[in-house]
Amino acid sequence: MDVTFKIRRQNPEVPGQEKPYWQEFVLSDVDPADRVLEMLHRIKWEQDGSLSLRRSCAHGVCGSDAMRINGVNRLACKMLIQDVGERVQIEPILGLPVIKDLIVDMEPFFDHYKRVMPFFVNEDPVPEDGRERLQTQEDRELFDDSTKCILCACCTTSCPSFWANGHYVGPAAIVGAHRFIFDTRDQAGKERLDVLSEPDGVWRCRTIFNCTPACPRDIEVTRAIGEVKLAIRKGRTDGIIRPNEVQ
Amino acid sequence: MKVHKHEAIIVGAGGAGLMAALYASKAGADVAVVSKLYPTRSHTGAAQGGIGAALGNLDEDKPIYHTYDTVKGGDYLTDQAAAKILAENAVDAVIELEHMGLPFDRTSEKRISQRRFGGHTRNFGEELVRRACHAADRTGHMILQTLYQQCIKNEVHFFDEFQVVDMIVVDGAVAGVIAIELGTGEFHIFHGKASFFASGGWGRCWSVTSNAHALTGDGAAIALRRGVPLEDMEFFQFHPTGIYRMGILITEGVRGEGGVLINSVGERFMERYAPSAKDLASRDVVSRAIYLETREGRSIKNRGYVHLDIRPGTVNRYFAEEGRDRNDFIDDATVERKLPDILDFCRTYLGVDPVKEPMPVQPTAHYAMGGIPTNVDAEVVVDASGTVMPGLYAAGETACVSVHGANRLGTNSLVDLVVFGRRGGMRMAEFVKGADWKALPADPEGEIRAEFDRIRNSTGKSRSGELRAKMQETMMENIGVFRTQETMQRGIDDLAELRERFYTDIQIDDKTRIFNTDLMEAWELGALLDLADVTARTAIERKESRGAHSREDFKERDDENWLAHSLISHDGALAEPSYTVSFDKPVDLSLWEEEIAQGVPEDKQQFRPKARVY
Repeated sequence: MDVTFKIRRQNPEVPGQEKPYWQEFVLSDVDPADRVLEMLHRIKWEQDGSLSLRRSCAHGVCGSDAMRINGVNRLACKMLIQDVGERVQIEPILGLPVIKDLIVDMEPFFDHYKRVMPFFVNEDPVPEDGRERLQTQEDRELFDDSTKCILCACCTTSCPSFWANGHYVGPAAIVGAHRFIFDTRDQAGKERLDVLSEPDGVWRCRTIFNCTPACPRDIEVTRAIGEVKLAIRKGRTDGIIRPNEVQ
Repeated sequence: MKVHKHEAIIVGAGGAGLMAALYASKAGADVAVVSKLYPTRSHTGAAQGGIGAALGNLDEDKPIYHTYDTVKGGDYLTDQAAAKILAENAVDAVIELEHMGLPFDRTSEKRISQRRFGGHTRNFGEELVRRACHAADRTGHMILQTLYQQCIKNEVHFFDEFQVVDMIVVDGAVAGVIAIELGTGEFHIFHGKASFFASGGWGRCWSVTSNAHALTGDGAAIALRRGVPLEDMEFFQFHPTGIYRMGILITEGVRGEGGVLINSVGERFMERYAPSAKDLASRDVVSRAIYLETREGRSIKNRGYVHLDIRPGTVNRYFAEEGRDRNDFIDDATVERKLPDILDFCRTYLGVDPVKEPMPVQPTAHYAMGGIPTNVDAEVVVDASGTVMPGLYAAGETACVSVHGANRLGTNSLVDLVVFGRRGGMRMAEFVKGADWKALPADPEGEIRAEFDRIRNSTGKSRSGELRAKMQETMMENIGVFRTQETMQRGIDDLAELRERFYTDIQIDDKTRIFNTDLMEAWELGALLDLADVTARTAIERKESRGAHSREDFKERDDENWLAHSLISHDGALAEPSYTVSFDKPVDLSLWEEEIAQGVPEDKQQFRPKARVY
């Protein structure tokens, strides 16, 4: 089958292309089971080498190729042609400055992530037997969903609250904090909740739910944000608060 | 020209690079990590099934059993003392990862959960053992995330999206690397007392691969061009279970949880090839079996793939036949809980639900056993007698310690990168304390700038995408699972033609500076062509079959003549290099020699090279 790709392009170095514009490419012999990423590669490799995008693993685990496909945030490597049809519109993700074609400046996104202390903190001496800290599988399950995050930015850049205010830490950073707040072994939950209580923290979320369907890892992002909000309201000071207790 | 000065420069931000960065900076070194990808995009994150360590949380286990399995899995080309270090350090490294917060799955005793994996056994091959420590089927993702998070905590200095393209050698020592800042196209010099390559593999030499697009072997190619020989390049692993046609990895953990391989006549064919370990024989054995089934007309629909079946009905039937405990039986929920990503891949890319239907799989190019030769402290060694190149380190897939020998065991890639990333980071921190700064030569980036200008200004007719695809096809066809003199010669001839076109007839469309991925991909193709070439040229010289190097014209392993590592070097001429191949580097057989010295009778010597039976 033939498929037409309408791609939002921009190149600050080429006269006439400094402002965003649309360009169409037609590919023939497309299989419905082909990935959108492979088709972007075909355009780049067969027609126009200047088409610029990030990509790496090509199977949805590295998080490089988030883009707006037919108006919704997706990883190009996890969308098949049969999912998007014969006319496909592709744009960079919204809310981060565009550098060139589908490549946006990811620095603000990673800066927000780093604000929530996205790392394990436990200052107690390690167990005397020199072995692992203990945790039940049930406790491990409490934060399982948020460990799946690949920092692709599909959620944050689908969020109208983030579009309106780029200082908002955004859904991905909150998921990153959730992963530690609900880990029974971690000791810095209070500090993280303090960060997230600030004006650009979790209360900027208006529960619009765009983030959840945008997640290519099927994380229940809005739920994770809700659990963090409830943990703040309940005033967590020490010990784990189980998601079912804060509801 | 921007010059950055840091004591230790780490190239690559996957598991090995981050581990080295963490331990070198904890030891007080001033560290910079230079990576062409954001760290969390690294391919360590694609590792699925687990990391092997003899914790003994579910079955009795000891590091010496893991050592034995590693040596046997490597078809006795593994350096035995290094394998022992790997297995012993694995236990500490996994515990340390847990202390860093890595969310492993748990046993009912609240300890790290472990699963079976190919070639991992108890008591020197007696029975399969649960050794692979796992976090669902995204163990590599968890390792990568945890290490990146700890690097943020320790304020490690990152240069993200800086692609290293050359290495600065002064009087036989390394004085740093040269990188292109992708966002501006500018060259940067990273002046260091030590440089550490943790830049990953080169699976993109082949057309069906589990590897990311970024895996173009930049670090190994740079080292090769700057005079470092590469070791054991003929050994490249084909993982038996890639998704049909796409090559996406389906973890061995599927078989670890009871999944079986089935041919077109409904037979669990691995029972014939490996009566004891069956579907969990080592990867080279299973990949060859799939090819042989195909050749004998028993692939599904005669299309070169077989079925991987994890449906609880199938698994439990075989469990019952084997007399396994009923508590081991699985149901749909077990599969969903333990293999969520695998289910997601199959549902997304194939429209196949593995709980209801078997998965179509074929061997996929997966892992380089060979690479930049190092000792057990990740110091790069440049000759058969182990002479260290001052200031140069390597670890992870790009390095060859050699712990994987001729065939790597599943889970041992993650073990390798944490163990030798850590050891290398600590050794490098020690080194930089005592080392002096080498003065940079005049115009250090002159040569590499000229190569980039050549590509940027070329006016030929060959697109890099076309040349790359042709290289990948010829490698798949001629230097794949099975090889002969004739196919390998054909591969070498094809590569020579592609090389000529790359150096005389390339064209790129993008002439700009910012994020010029057209230019970078073309340069990466040059690296891939070098690595494909050295793979083919060492493979054709090794006239035996061992591990992943399987020749139909020399079917047997020949320890008398070929129990040695290969080294291949390059004279530095990019367009028309000449190569030198040698087989002078001995395999370390020290554990076997200890057994002999202790008077262990021959039939009880566990580390004596012998025929591999699974």
